[in-house]
This record gives sequence, C-alpha cells and structure tokens, in this order.
Amino acid sequence: MYRYDEFDHQFVRDRTNQFRDQAGRRLSGELTEDEFRPLRLMNGLYLQLHAYMLRVAIPYGTLSSKQMRQLAFIADKWDKGYGHFTTRQNIQYNWIKLEDTADILDALADVEMHAIQTSGNCIRNVTTDHWAGAAADEIADPRPVGELLRQWSSLHPEFSFLPRKFKIAVTGAPNDRAAVKVHDIGLRLHKNAEGAIGWEVIVGGGLGRTPMIGVTVRDFLPELELVGYLEAIMRVYNLYGRRDNKYKARIKILVHELGADKFKAEVESEYAKRPQASTEVEERELKRIAAYFAAPQLEKLPRWSASFEEAKLGNPAFSRWARNNLGAHRADGYAIVNISLKPDGGIPGDATSDQMRLMAELAERYSLDELRVSHAQNVVLPHVKKDDVFAIWQALEAAGLGAANYGLAGDIIACPGLDYCALATARAIPIAQAISRKFSDSAKQDEIGKLKINISGCINACGHHHVGHIGILGLDKKGEEYYQITLGGSSAENASIGSILGPGFAGHEVADAIETILDTYLKLRGPGEEFLAAYRRVGAKPFKEALYATA
Amino acid sequence: MPLLKNNTLIAETWAHADAEGELPTGDVVVPFARLLKNWEQLSQRRDKLGVSLVNIDRAEALSTFLPKLQLIVLSFPAFNDGRAYSLARQLRQMGYRGELRATGNVLPDQLQFMLQVGFDTFEIGERFPLSTWQQASKQMSLAYQRGLFRRGSEAEIWTERHTDAEPWLEQPHAG
Repeated sequence: MYRYDEFDHQFVRDRTNQFRDQAGRRLSGELTEDEFRPLRLMNGLYLQLHAYMLRVAIPYGTLSSKQMRQLAFIADKWDKGYGHFTTRQNIQYNWIKLEDTADILDALADVEMHAIQTSGNCIRNVTTDHWAGAAADEIADPRPVGELLRQWSSLHPEFSFLPRKFKIAVTGAPNDRAAVKVHDIGLRLHKNAEGAIGWEVIVGGGLGRTPMIGVTVRDFLPELELVGYLEAIMRVYNLYGRRDNKYKARIKILVHELGADKFKAEVESEYAKRPQASTEVEERELKRIAAYFAAPQLEKLPRWSASFEEAKLGNPAFSRWARNNLGAHRADGYAIVNISLKPDGGIPGDATSDQMRLMAELAERYSLDELRVSHAQNVVLPHVKKDDVFAIWQALEAAGLGAANYGLAGDIIACPGLDYCALATARAIPIAQAISRKFSDSAKQDEIGKLKINISGCINACGHHHVGHIGILGLDKKGEEYYQITLGGSSAENASIGSILGPGFAGHEVADAIETILDTYLKLRGPGEEFLAAYRRVGAKPFKEALYATA
Repeated sequence: MPLLKNNTLIAETWAHADAEGELPTGDVVVPFARLLKNWEQLSQRRDKLGVSLVNIDRAEALSTFLPKLQLIVLSFPAFNDGRAYSLARQLRQMGYRGELRATGNVLPDQLQFMLQVGFDTFEIGERFPLSTWQQASKQMSLAYQRGLFRRGSEAEIWTERHTDAEPWLEQPHAG
C-alpha cells in the first residue's frame, strides 16, 4: 500500500489547517454561506436535508486496517455509529456538525487520509478495480497510476474550477470492473504483441441526465505520457466545456458537440504545444510509487485447500457463500473475499462502526492488512488463503456481514436518495430494501444468477441506474414518487446504456415488477445464459408483454 | 479598484480604453478586438500597451502581438469560471513574461491558485482586508504539479523528491 512521505503529510496538514481557518471564518460570520459553500465543497462537506454530510476519499478504494479502524472511530465520535460506502469507493458520514469537521479532517490526516476534492467542480477521487493487485485476469496493478493521478490532480491550480465535476477511473484488467467507459476519463491497460504495456484513453463517458459511452482518443499511450496527456485533455475541457448550463457542462457534452475527431484534434494540438520534453520525473515518481504496490509476498500453496473443501461439504450455507462471494486470485491457494454490505432488507453500503472494526480485524489477520471498497458498495479482502476462508465467513456471519449475494439480485447499488439527499426526487433505499426482501430466498437468487440492479433517486444517476442490467430511476410526478425501469445496461468492457421499458411504477409496485421481469427471464433463458445476455438476445418485447399485458 | 502585487497594494498606472472612442494618453490597455482593429496605430505609440481578453478569446490568437504587450488582463466573471487559469498557463507557456492581471470575481481563497498559474497582479475589491489576502497567498506550502509559478517558500513535491532529475524545461521565475 502507498504510504505518505513527509511531503504528502505536510500537504494534507496544510490543507486541513486551511479548512480550519475557513470554517472558523464561517462560524464567526466573517464569511457568508455563499462564500463558504465552494470552500467546504472542495473539502467534501455538503449541506444535506438534515445535517452536513462529509465525504471522505478512499483513493482507488484501498484501505489498511488502521485506516478502517479510524473510519469506525470517526463514525462513533462524530456521527451516529455508522458510515455509508459510496459508488465512488468513498465513505460518507451523514450526521456531521460543521464545528467538528476540521477535527475529523485532522483525525483522517493522522492515518494518511483526507476529503480533498470529494465534491466540487474538480477532479474527484480516482477509482480503480477493487480486485487490483489480486485478480487472476490482471495485466498490471492499476493503483500506481491511480496514486500518480491522485497526486497530480490534488489542488491542481489550473483545474480546480472546471465547468463541472470530473471523474477518472483506471483498470489494469481486460474484464472491466471499474466502469471506465462511463467515466469522464477512463484508462484501460493493454499489452501489445511485444509485451509492452500502454493505456487506452477513453473520454466522454458518463451517466447523469445524458448517459453516454466514452470514445477512445488514444489506443496505446505510453505510461509516462499519462500526466501530460491528461493535462491536455483537461485544458481543452476547461477552456471549451460549456458553462452556460450545468446539465450540459460535463466533458461528454463537449465531446459530443465537437464530435470525437475534432475534440481529439484539439487535445492533440494542445498536447503538442507542451514545453515539457522530459518525462524523467514522472518516470522516477511512478517507480517510487510502484514500489509501495509491489506484489505482496504470498506463500506457495497448493491450488486445492483440503480444509476449505471439507468446510464446504459440511456446511451448505458456507458453501453457497463461497460460491457467490469469492473471486479468483492470481495465486494458487488464495482467494479474493467479497464482503457484501447488502444484507436482506438492509441499506446498501452502510456499515456500523463495529462491522468496520471487524473487517479491519479480519484484514489484519487474514488479508495482509488490506481492504478495498468496491464501486458496488461492498468491501473486499483481497489476499486471503483458502485455508482461512471458513473462519472469516464464521466471523462475518456473526456480525451480520455474511450475505451470500455478491453479484446477485440482492447486491443492489443505490444512492442515498430522498432519505438524505437534497437533490433527490424519490427515495432509493426503501426500494432497494423491498427488492432485497423479495429475493431473500437464496435459492431463487442463485437460480437467477449474475445480476446488477442499480437504483438512483434522481436523474443525476448516482446509483448508476443506466448501467444496471436492471436500472431503476426514482422520479417525482405531481408529488408522488414513481419509478422508471430500464433494462440492458452494463458498465463492463461491453458497456451499454439501458433502455426504458415502459411506463413507470409506484414505489410499492417496483419489487413485484422486478420479480415479473426475472420470472420472464427464467422462462426464456438458454442454458447458462445470464440475464444481460438473454436480454441482448431477445430484446425488450417479452419483458414488456409480461409487465404490461395485465396492467 | 485596489490592485495587489507581491502582497502589497500598488497604484494603478494603466488607462483602460473602451472598444471604441478616443484613446487615453499614457500606458493603455485595450480590449482584444480593438487591438486587432487598431494594431497599426497602437503599435506605433511610445507608451506601454496592454490587452484585456474575454474567456472565449484564444491565447494563440495573441501570439504575434505578445512581444509588444506588457499587460494582459484576464477575467473571472465568477470565481468558479476557471477558464482564465488555463489561458494564463497557455500565455506563460507561449513565453509571455509581462504583467498578467486577474480581474472580476477574484477572491482570497483562489489567490494562490492564480499565483501558481502565473498571475502577478490582482484587482481585489474592498471586501477583504489586505491581511486576509496576504494570509491567503501562502496557505499551501506545497504543490504536486510541476511547472507552476512559485513564491519563495513554496515547493513542488515531485521536483523536491527527485531533485537530481532534469529540471522542467520551462521552469518559470519565482513570482
């Protein structure tokens, strides 16, 4: 894992002191709320429906046990004993007081964390594959580039007042778990025939009101040119991105309005003008960072773990959890453990401070002190010996963290919605809870198989409904919440935007509608055919007929 | 309008000309459109010449005029309209070494960013006392990015970490 050096420490401390001063000026009345607003937003502090919300960055989703324990400590001391893991691999605290915020930032700085640029029209927390460094299919660990970009984008003086927020995702694996095609910039690693690596640069993807799949502007950019090339993209966006309408201000609109070719020509022309000829510093910095992410010393183990297999035979509940919640590790005898934060009827992404401490404990004991937060709002133990998996499962079960639904119908992404968010037009959490209860029968979930249900409580799409295999969008019609259903979205390497199925549903009808859709799927699917594949084969018609025929 | 430079208030010495009408005497700053229109006349004056841009003007359109210019004024119609940051960097990277002035909604909490991209004078209004501006100019002692304009006590982290590597080719002067 990356560790701060003296410079990183100083940087974050300076920033915290700066914020303490700003918050003090606001509390004393020297600054008006209008003047303070942009300053607090640059530090992740939002004013929500009921209280301030603080969003803490978890760069590229990686945490140590010590950091996770500190997050639990913050939840206990300054919030209500829980936190909410977000689709940006961050954590949010929903009940924060302004006067406590600087102390919280200090507590974060103590464990090499911060809330810089978790909001505002700037470059947000860089996200990556939550299986980075562990996945069997990976070309290289994307986190060194993630850290390089974290540093480069932190308080970038040129790019702190962009037309709109800006999100970058990086993946080092061909199976895209980081949704790079629906980010403002997505970076995807490739290896060529000579064995050299280069980055595909994808620009202008995004969700929100106008969902779009990004376009590739470079197929194979040398790694050392990343910073320079991204600066050129950012400059073109900063200068020419629309500022007249915030709903048309994301880079996807600029790419769309200019056309991909013209946009690319602008970027290349800007890139060609850069005075910087040498990339020696980038090279050294990347090498320095990469050393922190050196592949961990794993034991040489046989592929087959007798104790793991025996435990599965003796315990069907464990066997089911292991089938659903483990990922393929690149090393024999190891597994990636995915802890679902989606208990039946629970709030997606929420964890109590006790649960955070338990996960920290398990990581320390069994996973080389590392945890990951996934953009699907789950927590990952990346390096676990198969021999230890049963003990981990027992501990998780006892703490209410044993949901065996990773990647299934119950593993729902949902934004906070109208329960917390000032922008929301409808609630998202109760819908997630109702669906989750509807499918609490584990046999049925298993039968349905891999499925992504994503729920957003407004058109801004924080719940990524456009790229859910089943997407649910909560809207307001004359004071009533109603929900639009889309099918066929995907954020993976074969990304697609879902299509609206038909008229919307009232909140209490949504879970039944989802059940109808899935029953229809079960009837028409081919052998081993997952929901998304089946939908792509047959289209919307059978689902429409089933849903609306009787209505 | 108070004018800030190097953390002190300085006197305005420039006359600001409109798009049309009589040119004031002495050092004069004109809108870009007028620079284009009256270039012949303007370039023959003995006094200093400056230009003010709006944020849809392109930096490269100024390239042939740069050697004759001693002031470029860039504007922040709102503090969160960040286009002038990029224009400033482009102009500095094109080799412009004269005065670069920020006008409009210029606020203390953005002062350091503006300094870092190459602004050196600021039309600051009356809202905040000088001490607030002085404090704001040095809130962060470090920056990660390379090729920024730095004041005495500021350092670039990547450059510091790798001091024996090649210097940035366009390492600008220190404010």
